[in-house]
Amino acid sequence: MANVSIIPSGDFKTSYAADTTIFPTKTSRNFAILGVVLLLACPAFLDRYWLSLLIQIGYLGIAALGLNILVGFTGQISIGHSAFFGFGAFASAWLNNSLGVPVALAIPLAGVVTTGVGLIFGVPAARLKGLYLAIATLAAQYILQDFFGRADWFTGGSAGTIAEPLTIFGFAFDTDERYFYVVLVAMVVMYILGTNLMRTRDGRALVAVRDHYLSAEIMGINLTKYRTMSFGISAFYAGIGGALYAHYLQFVSVENFTILFSIQFLGMIIIGGLGSIMGTLMGTAFMVLLPEVMQAATKLVSGTAVDTALNLRENIAFLREMSIGLVIILFLVFEPDGLAHRWKQIKAYWKLYPFSH
Amino acid sequence: MSGAPVAPHPGSAQKSPTTPAETIFEARGVNLRFGGVHALTDVSFGIRKGELFSIIGPNGAGKTSMVNCISGRYRPTDGKVFFKGRDVTGTTPNHRAALGIGRTFQNLALFGHMSVLDNIMVGRHHLLKNNFLTGPLYWLTGARKEELAHRREVEEIIDFLEIQHVRKATAGTLSYGLRKRVELARAIALKPDLILLDEPMAGMNLEEKEDMARYIVDLNEEFGMTVVMIEHDMGVVMDISHRVMVLEFGKKIAEGKPEEVLADPRVRRAYLGEDDVEDDVPSASSPPARKEVA
Repeated sequence: MANVSIIPSGDFKTSYAADTTIFPTKTSRNFAILGVVLLLACPAFLDRYWLSLLIQIGYLGIAALGLNILVGFTGQISIGHSAFFGFGAFASAWLNNSLGVPVALAIPLAGVVTTGVGLIFGVPAARLKGLYLAIATLAAQYILQDFFGRADWFTGGSAGTIAEPLTIFGFAFDTDERYFYVVLVAMVVMYILGTNLMRTRDGRALVAVRDHYLSAEIMGINLTKYRTMSFGISAFYAGIGGALYAHYLQFVSVENFTILFSIQFLGMIIIGGLGSIMGTLMGTAFMVLLPEVMQAATKLVSGTAVDTALNLRENIAFLREMSIGLVIILFLVFEPDGLAHRWKQIKAYWKLYPFSH
Repeated sequence: MSGAPVAPHPGSAQKSPTTPAETIFEARGVNLRFGGVHALTDVSFGIRKGELFSIIGPNGAGKTSMVNCISGRYRPTDGKVFFKGRDVTGTTPNHRAALGIGRTFQNLALFGHMSVLDNIMVGRHHLLKNNFLTGPLYWLTGARKEELAHRREVEEIIDFLEIQHVRKATAGTLSYGLRKRVELARAIALKPDLILLDEPMAGMNLEEKEDMARYIVDLNEEFGMTVVMIEHDMGVVMDISHRVMVLEFGKKIAEGKPEEVLADPRVRRAYLGEDDVEDDVPSASSPPARKEVA
């Protein structure tokens, strides 16, 4: 029973409220709070490069959570997620540049607009399953990508568009140190919202649709509505993530939102754990940090006989893509439930050591 | 739950409703065809409010098809179904849940990756009001209060079915008997007026069957639910049903009180086998008649 969360002996729940908290134990909650506090202190001692990586984990993690709600929790495949991410980025920049909406408002509004686009693609997609759905979302990817290339008024066409930095009451979040806090707050908020969604009525309905759609329907769940809704929610998260990305880089260009990027999103949630909120963040961190680890690994082997034999230094980019592919395959084979599951097992192992029963 | 599990239903006093009570469900001339296969042919019957109604028949007789017509998974090719006096022939299954029809499945249909508790909470879907906007704002919108109130009612169902020890377990990891019970719990959580049980005792041992029979009788008598049950165990069917309908090759061949149905020679032929006809009703059929049957 290593996959059951382990409650320390003596920790009795005496009310339903105490039994429905986000974190099963006080310790786990305190660790999460400690983690956020540590992150708050990060800009004080991390250099810009590491901050930029953490910011990436933040906005990609938000978008990946959206994909996990769609793929992991609702069981609807999507290989067009980066297009929604891109739409959020352009929408936020456009709302700010053309309509003069302040950036602080444009980011959530971009999420809402992207939800609308997600629903448009979700309405036909909710009636499809499996491979057919994959192809339909692939079409969404290419339709939106083509739209980005042609809609000069919206995206600036091939030249791309400028996105103003986020400014609140005259205070500009235009450096990594400052923007880090924006992304951190957004991430914590979006993850809490996501967690709450999944433990209330509509979240349960989404999982029910995934696990057994026939009995979900008998339980009074409107399948089409919830499948469409899942697309909307997923697009909302992608839109928010994209908008945060836009105002971080302060420039959005058309060619970033390719199918490869969509597949990277899928990689994040598969590695992290389909249907796990915590795992989404772990998977995103893994995918962002993997190239860094590969970089360090190349440094280690550089100059050795392996290096001269394989000529690694010039092939680092190639190696990186290969390793990501390899890691996804290895995860599918050895840990199909993702990092979140592995993490639970490690926790259980230490808590029960040396008697694992 | 507004007093449901403990407060006895007004109609529970009479064990078998002899007086023609209000009809809760009615099928009128239901036909169901899949291409050339006639799954149901001109089946008409009524289910009275508060009764325990069993549908029996040999394998492939159309019992599950009939239940699917009631729950809305199939729409009859011809004919109409009425629930609480309303024509529901065209309504979708999810809509019927809100109207008050709940069911369990012949083959287990739990949400395998969810906990038992969540499975049963899904049954509360149409009774809960929080949604994708209010749910995420858990503490601010009253979603928490609502969820906890329903959690309490779900716990009462868990107590009733004695599955407290597995409430946090993943449904897919449970034993067969427990899964059947969780499925029943989920159907009860819908608070249906009419509950359809498709072979609730299939694959159970005697003890589990006795438990399940007790739960079903309690459902009927204490919760006041009208129960429609498909079951092959004739002992259980005869013991607890108020009325029985027999299907054979998609046609209704008998309907009535268990003992009447059991005595019906057509039923004995169709369902219980010809030997019984020979043994139990020797005077009724002369040798030539038996030949005609064969």
